[in-house]
Amino acid sequence: MSAGVTTHGLAFDAGGNRRVGPLDLDLPATGITVLMGPNGAGKSLLLRLLHGLITPTAGQIKISTDRQAMVFQKPVMLRRSVAENLIFVLKRRHPRAEVEGRCRNILREIDLEARAGQPARALSGGEQQRLALARALATEPELLFLDEPTASLDPASTLAIEATVMRAAAEGTKVVLVTHDTGQARRVAGDVVFLHKGMVCEHSLAADFFDSPVSEQARAYLDGRIVL
Amino acid sequence: MTSHAKAGYDRAVQDFTDAFRLAFGLVISLDADLVEIVSLSLRVSLIAVFIACLIGLPLGARLAVARFRGRGAVLVVVNALMGLPPVVVGLLVYLHLSRSGPLGSFGLLYTPTAMIIAQTILIAPIITALSRQIIEDLHEEYAEQFRSLGLTRSETTRALLRDGRRALVTVALAGFGRAIAEVGAVIIVGGNIDHLTRVMTTAIALETSKGDLPLALALGLILLVLALAVNALAMTLRRPDA
Ligand SMILES: Nc1ncnc2c1ncn2[C@@H]1O[C@H](COP(=O)(O)OP(=O)(O)OP(=O)(O)O)[C@@H](O)[C@H]1O
Ligand SMILES: [Mg+2]
Repeated sequence: MSAGVTTHGLAFDAGGNRRVGPLDLDLPATGITVLMGPNGAGKSLLLRLLHGLITPTAGQIKISTDRQAMVFQKPVMLRRSVAENLIFVLKRRHPRAEVEGRCRNILREIDLEARAGQPARALSGGEQQRLALARALATEPELLFLDEPTASLDPASTLAIEATVMRAAAEGTKVVLVTHDTGQARRVAGDVVFLHKGMVCEHSLAADFFDSPVSEQARAYLDGRIVL
Repeated sequence: MTSHAKAGYDRAVQDFTDAFRLAFGLVISLDADLVEIVSLSLRVSLIAVFIACLIGLPLGARLAVARFRGRGAVLVVVNALMGLPPVVVGLLVYLHLSRSGPLGSFGLLYTPTAMIIAQTILIAPIITALSRQIIEDLHEEYAEQFRSLGLTRSETTRALLRDGRRALVTVALAGFGRAIAEVGAVIIVGGNIDHLTRVMTTAIALETSKGDLPLALALGLILLVLALAVNALAMTLRRPDA
């Protein structure tokens, strides 16, 4: 049911510059891996590479499942109603008769029932992120990439999203989550990958990472100093 | 103004006013000739738009989504075809349909079908080029999400056509506007034959040259109102899709 992620010499160049890599990653097949690092470190790029949206310049990626989903840093809302954004993916997986009921259940869970008929693009940023996560989960992925899924959420919604993500992980979905929120990383991470200028500075269990980060870059980042 | 010139001017105004009164009379009484000409115009142009959409929308969507060698050249050609002069289209269709032409045996020249063919050729490139632009913009927004969901190309195309539908209707309206107002092509392949291939634009051209201003004016008024209505509809639809 779960999906390990390994890479060998994974690298991506653009405009003659190395953006990411070479990376040799070995992510555990279960639980939540948190990807951290300063702006421009290459976190979003790495998720896109792993998810297969862009082709690496060099190296290999080994992932044991095709059942993947991703929530983008800027969620993509179809120009349809809130409900139709869910129905779009639900009807690819489920018999027609079940779709509407499932859609209603999801809307209730994410507290967007009252907005079901409104255009999804009229939702607030945080509501869009909630909907995008629910839509990704509706595809029942074995591997889920989340790019800053709570970046514009209020504290309560952040905790609600974390609970959803942790439940999915507990039910067997492997999650790779990017966040700048150290508190969130502490709450959800099993292991942490710290990325800096496209390179992995550190990959350790969450407890170790937060208690005694090895790399100077990670220590500086956690202290809120500018990492160069 | 000399009294002589003044009298001439007054007479012209008087003629013009009379013509307008007669024109309104024709419209209000639903004059049989007028109704016949207007309905043929609508029929020819609506069918042409329909066929041009059947060709242009899938083609535009495909050009927007697919990446293949020579795509750039195809786009240049389609864009160039948008500017086809109607008389040239009329001439080309005429050459094909005339008795000695390759399609002469069908006997289509000087029929409404010939006019539909000419208008379709005239507006299909417009529909293709404009819908390509709209769908490509939308695809840019959706592409990663759709690939993440593992959509096939035909699923992608269908979703794009659906979500762009509002903007695509304005494309069809633009095509209709061009078709209904066009005169050069339909006069060549239709021949402006009374009760058979006479449409609004060709009738206006003929009646004006004959000096029968009331009918020309009445048709002109209807054409004007149609153009305004089509534009107004396009404006209200131009709000971005939700
Ligand atoms: N598809 C792409 N093609 C080429 N270069 C890219 C692409 N995506 C990102 N980059 C470049 O790679 C670098 C890393 O960008 P990325 O978006 O991965 O950073 P990030 O770690 O997610 O930062 P942030 O915390 O601000 O989201 C940037 O310099 C960016 O311009
Ligand atoms: Mg990012």
